[in-house]
Amino acid sequence: MTAANVLLNVNSIEVIYNHVILVLKGVSFSVPEGGIVALLGGNGAGKTTTLRAVSNLLSGERGAVTKGSIELRGERIEALTPADLVRRGVIQVMEGRHCFGHLTIEENLLTGAYTRRDGKAAVAATLDKVYAYFPRLRTRRHSQAAYTSGGEQQMTAIGRALMASPKMVLLDEPSMGLAPQIVDEVFSIVKELNQKEGVTFLLAEQNTNMALRYAEFGYILENGRVVMEGKADDLRNNEDVKEFYLGISSEGRKSFRDVKNYRRRKRWLA
Amino acid sequence: MGFFLETLIGGLMAGMLYSLVALGFVLIYKASGVFNFAQGAMVLFAALAMARFAEWIPGWLGFENQVLANILAFAVAAAVMFVVAWLIERLVLRHLVNQEGATLLMVTLGIAYLLEGIGQSLFGDNIYSIDVGMPKDPVLVLEGMFPGGLLINKEDFIAALIAAALVAALSLFFQKTATGRALRAVADDHQAAQSIGIPLARIWVIVWFVAGIAALVAGIIWGSKLGVQFSLATVALRALPVVILGGLTSVPGAIIGGLIIGVGEKLSEVYIGPLVGGGIEIWFAYMLALVFLLFRPQGLFGEKIIDRV
Repeated sequence: MTAANVLLNVNSIEVIYNHVILVLKGVSFSVPEGGIVALLGGNGAGKTTTLRAVSNLLSGERGAVTKGSIELRGERIEALTPADLVRRGVIQVMEGRHCFGHLTIEENLLTGAYTRRDGKAAVAATLDKVYAYFPRLRTRRHSQAAYTSGGEQQMTAIGRALMASPKMVLLDEPSMGLAPQIVDEVFSIVKELNQKEGVTFLLAEQNTNMALRYAEFGYILENGRVVMEGKADDLRNNEDVKEFYLGISSEGRKSFRDVKNYRRRKRWLA
Repeated sequence: MGFFLETLIGGLMAGMLYSLVALGFVLIYKASGVFNFAQGAMVLFAALAMARFAEWIPGWLGFENQVLANILAFAVAAAVMFVVAWLIERLVLRHLVNQEGATLLMVTLGIAYLLEGIGQSLFGDNIYSIDVGMPKDPVLVLEGMFPGGLLINKEDFIAALIAAALVAALSLFFQKTATGRALRAVADDHQAAQSIGIPLARIWVIVWFVAGIAALVAGIIWGSKLGVQFSLATVALRALPVVILGGLTSVPGAIIGGLIIGVGEKLSEVYIGPLVGGGIEIWFAYMLALVFLLFRPQGLFGEKIIDRV
């Protein structure tokens, strides 16, 4: 990756919650313009915290970036508000969808255009585009979001972010609580958005298998540190990743119960 | 029949006045999920500002025109309410993002006492009058239909019209404008609203300011009826059952809740009161609110509490 096309550069950041709980212990990664990069890892690895650090949503959770730097095209962004970041084209789709339950699907989408100042016609054009990517949403546009299915809510959340016409979307656990085929649908739309609209994605996922199929590059987080990084293909073929995250070993699929966790993970933690 | 209608209309108009105060509760609850105990204090504060500036401004600028003085005083009082909204956001709400509902409730209690105290030290603690030229005399209408006609209080009638206009304007604002939509979005999920770039700070200033304006209008109407005095702050307590009945999240609900309570109070006092020795008017509203809390906690028009299972 050359310096010229790096969109986001995160440099050994440390995040502390409530002034005491150290959650990220030096996380570094970078995201190229127009790429899909996956942050992988189990529960509590620090994926969500990393995304929140980038989008500056930490303060609401009483967290703060205490060390390191975050740069968007070379500009430091740690001190900006989330609204400033949205105006610069970086928007987060939060874990658990977070639709506005009492608003209709269409109203939900329109709130995404709050920061735009380019007129009603442009917003309407984007709305049409979002409906083109998510035809299900068009049919349910007048339903209150809380009454729609999980998949529709996830699509609404992504569509709402797209309404801001972002350069980069931080996507937190899009697969959470969704049926496998809906997960497939959501991911393939993400890929399409990436290829056709040139939207860069930073994706936090527990579903390693799915994420590595669609991403180009991946970072594996464990206990607030990056323990491994590489091209998606390389990661997928890595023995450790296979064993710990994909549930496959040299003898084929096997149960996680048999994994001798403590021995091999130690190497990574050092 | 004539007497019944008179009571009914009197109740409707009293109800409209409750609605005006209830509106302030609804606005803030809708946009920030905070039950604002300071609404009554805001009514008092706004009314004090209005009454005193209407008195002072002609002296400062050296003119005698009552109408002009009222208009200027309204503008200045509105500006004062904006400053109040801005200060509350800056000094209080900003530091309490993501705190428990109970914490925020206690904070509004604190704000209530502060506003009452500061209001009285800035503007004085006597009884002041607001004279916006409301006609005080009652009129007789429909004399042909009922023997003796119906006695209607003009002042209440105009107040009801003003309240209705304010409600219509607010409903449009919430349903049709981008800012209104953003306010509703913040009410639903303020983290998500923040994540898509809606600046919470600005939204809160807007909503407290709008609630301040509602308080100002309520303060002017109540103030010109009863005089501006400390007891104005307790008007909010009368509006409490109204929001429970109408629903904490519904602007039209505040109005209809107000009307039901106004009418209920008057009719029950007149028709049931004598049977139980009177005094129903005082507790009727609260009893109705209790019944609603038991059977329909979201009120008549409140947003349904939607739970995904």
